[in-house]
Amino acid sequence: MRKVAIYGKGGIGKSTTTQNTVAGLAEMGRKVMVVGCDPKADSTRLLLGGLAQKSVLDTLREEGEDVELDDIRKLGYGDTWCVESGGPEPGVGCAGRGIITSINMLESLGAYEESEGLDFAFYDVLGDVVCGGFAMPIRDGKAEEIYIVCSGEMMAMYAANNICKGIGKYAQSGSVRLGGLICNSRTVDNEKEMIEELAKKLGTQMIYFVPRDNDVQRAEINRKTVIEWNGECTQAGEYRGLAKAIDENTNFVIPTPLEIEELEQLLLDFGLLEA
Amino acid sequence: MGRTEKMVQWEPNDIKGKLLEKYPPKVARKRAKQIMINEALENTTPEITANVRTIPGIITMRGCTYAGCKGVIMGPTSDIINLVHGPVGCSFYAWLTRRNQHDAGEKGEDNYIPYSFTTDMQDSDIIFGGEKKLEAAIQEAYDTFHPKGIAVFATCPVGLIGDDIHAVAKKMKEKFGDCNVFAFSCEGYKGVSQSAGHHIANNQVFTHLVGTSENEKTDKYKINLLGEYNIGGDGFEIDRVLKKCGITNIATFSGNSTYDQFASANQADLSCVMCHRSINYVADMLETKYGIPWIKINFIGAKATAKSLRKIAQYFGDQELIDKVEEVIAEEMPAVKAAQESVLPRTEGKTAMIFVGGSRAHHYQELFEEMGMKTLSAGYEFGHRDDYEGRHVIPNLKVDADSRNIEEIEVEADPELYNPRKTAAEIEALEKAGLKFKEYEGLNPAMDEGTLVIDDLNQYEAEKLVELLKPDLFCAGIKEKYSIQKLGVPMKQLHSYDSGGPYAGFVGAVNFYNEIDRLVSSKIWSYMKAPWQKNPELSATYVWE
Repeated sequence: MRKVAIYGKGGIGKSTTTQNTVAGLAEMGRKVMVVGCDPKADSTRLLLGGLAQKSVLDTLREEGEDVELDDIRKLGYGDTWCVESGGPEPGVGCAGRGIITSINMLESLGAYEESEGLDFAFYDVLGDVVCGGFAMPIRDGKAEEIYIVCSGEMMAMYAANNICKGIGKYAQSGSVRLGGLICNSRTVDNEKEMIEELAKKLGTQMIYFVPRDNDVQRAEINRKTVIEWNGECTQAGEYRGLAKAIDENTNFVIPTPLEIEELEQLLLDFGLLEA
Repeated sequence: MGRTEKMVQWEPNDIKGKLLEKYPPKVARKRAKQIMINEALENTTPEITANVRTIPGIITMRGCTYAGCKGVIMGPTSDIINLVHGPVGCSFYAWLTRRNQHDAGEKGEDNYIPYSFTTDMQDSDIIFGGEKKLEAAIQEAYDTFHPKGIAVFATCPVGLIGDDIHAVAKKMKEKFGDCNVFAFSCEGYKGVSQSAGHHIANNQVFTHLVGTSENEKTDKYKINLLGEYNIGGDGFEIDRVLKKCGITNIATFSGNSTYDQFASANQADLSCVMCHRSINYVADMLETKYGIPWIKINFIGAKATAKSLRKIAQYFGDQELIDKVEEVIAEEMPAVKAAQESVLPRTEGKTAMIFVGGSRAHHYQELFEEMGMKTLSAGYEFGHRDDYEGRHVIPNLKVDADSRNIEEIEVEADPELYNPRKTAAEIEALEKAGLKFKEYEGLNPAMDEGTLVIDDLNQYEAEKLVELLKPDLFCAGIKEKYSIQKLGVPMKQLHSYDSGGPYAGFVGAVNFYNEIDRLVSSKIWSYMKAPWQKNPELSATYVWE
């Protein structure tokens, strides 16, 4: 089983990209489990056709200790297992601690056992690596490959670089490696070239360039992944391409994060090309 | 026991060098500023670094902010429920550990000291927030006991997840109407020592309790006793002596205290500060808001007790009281003298080290002096520079980031209750006659030249000091007790008094003389090695050797 975590700046499209990619993998016949690590519990909405999932932490709170695997996971599109970690309301408690608790719970319930026949486990993690809890999926070898969703916007690249620092920290002592950057295009000037250059500087690759297409939003309104909503459209083909690239990826590295000046220079170089 | 023989081998500078020898250069540089060779020159004692962070890796004697707030200041109050918002251990292990005694009175007044209250936070409370659980716990405590007040204490996890304990307390106070609910942001990780906790506790007591009582106190000589925590019954003895003199103790902060005592503290005419560290700012606030002047007193040591009583009498200035105080002193002293004379032949010339608190390391030197014992080295766990060098350094104190993290409250004269007890002229006259207001000279001037004053002593340095100077007695807390005893030196706990006390006042002095006599005259510590370890009757070697 390959254990994959998707990180990236908040709002960059991690959950959308993850689910659409997972749909592509499922179509290829891979058995996938998606673990949403976001208190909003919306990481599996497209695969399940709505927010039908009861989160691990809610279940734990209501059922006490007596929790079964089937209480916390649900089958979604293409027989993917969908799990939501869940967490507190905004402004209270500790969401990071919640993620630690729920991943430990999944492990102790045997969700990752060989008998489950999983090819992939995907962790969809909220925003930046904000605290120890959100770094949980990259600690202790829970996730072994990381993909960072980014775009050619400054803050997205800045976040990507920060996440690389987090990976670097845990890669020294564990097995976590960076698998590449996924560019979720915002149609910024020279976006593809810039992210390719950023990837190179980080010591990794841009694994796929996902162009911007409103079909993604149309599918989302229908609570579906693009592949399920309209498998014939061009964007469905792009996600199949990304799924294939991840499935075939063998390029795993410990990233070399950039100094902030270097990062700004990169923006300057590519941002000024057209202008 | 040749004390001088022990001393000649080491110059203070050599000892300091030996203490620092093993440290990495940066640590040694920092610690060097906290180890001071006392020059005992008036007003020019060298600067000591105090109230700074303990260096990670050093096994400090200090406690945490929560311990200072919940354990020290609020712990001794009997009729306020102390509800700890946190995991169960924070409440349980901070409960009944300080030997602060309480007399619930003949009528059997409310006394919650024998109870341990906690919200018992679980994993899910950390994740989803614990405010609802806290609310339910306050409600339960109220329904069960109907107390006058409920104090809520924050533990580390509460600070990390950001539960708004003050909002919950306010909500519940409004809901109940007849129960004062207030909270303390005393997370253990704040500040550099328990001193921060004292500050947080006192500020809240001053804000939420002082001046709220309607009961008018009409006694003639009314004082507050600030910074006395009734360990081993110290407060009982002090109250006995005060009562005998005809002085009324309105409020003790906080030994043997009650809600009403705090609430009436504004009605006293004089504040007497015992532990300068834990409470001097409350004395200042009582003066600013209500016009109550304060003096530094000390009831540890018979001579010091007599001196303190005389100071109080001098303040009130009535011949009747002055005479009564003299009469009481004359009545109490013979028993003290007798006890002193009986122990002196054995205690005279013996040596001690004291590393406790923010005032005890100073006050207890009085008792040792009365026994003819010399204090070789002393220091505070959580004292600030003014506790060492005297209050004149306060304007020059550096306010660092750790101190800024602790709330400061601004008070001004109360529009209704402010009433200066003495005019400026009267204060001046008293000062001229030798009664100093708002004055504390600190530990350093009280110690001999060449003695070592060490701030925030740690395990390693403590053992090193004992090894080098071989004192006849070492005084500190429970964490140090057994490691010192293992070095063959008797150890007296001056936080909890082991199982003894009271040591304050006249009766306390007698108790202390006898206890210390017992410790330093015992031969048991010379038997740390079994006779056969020192002089084996038989010795042999194995055949293959």
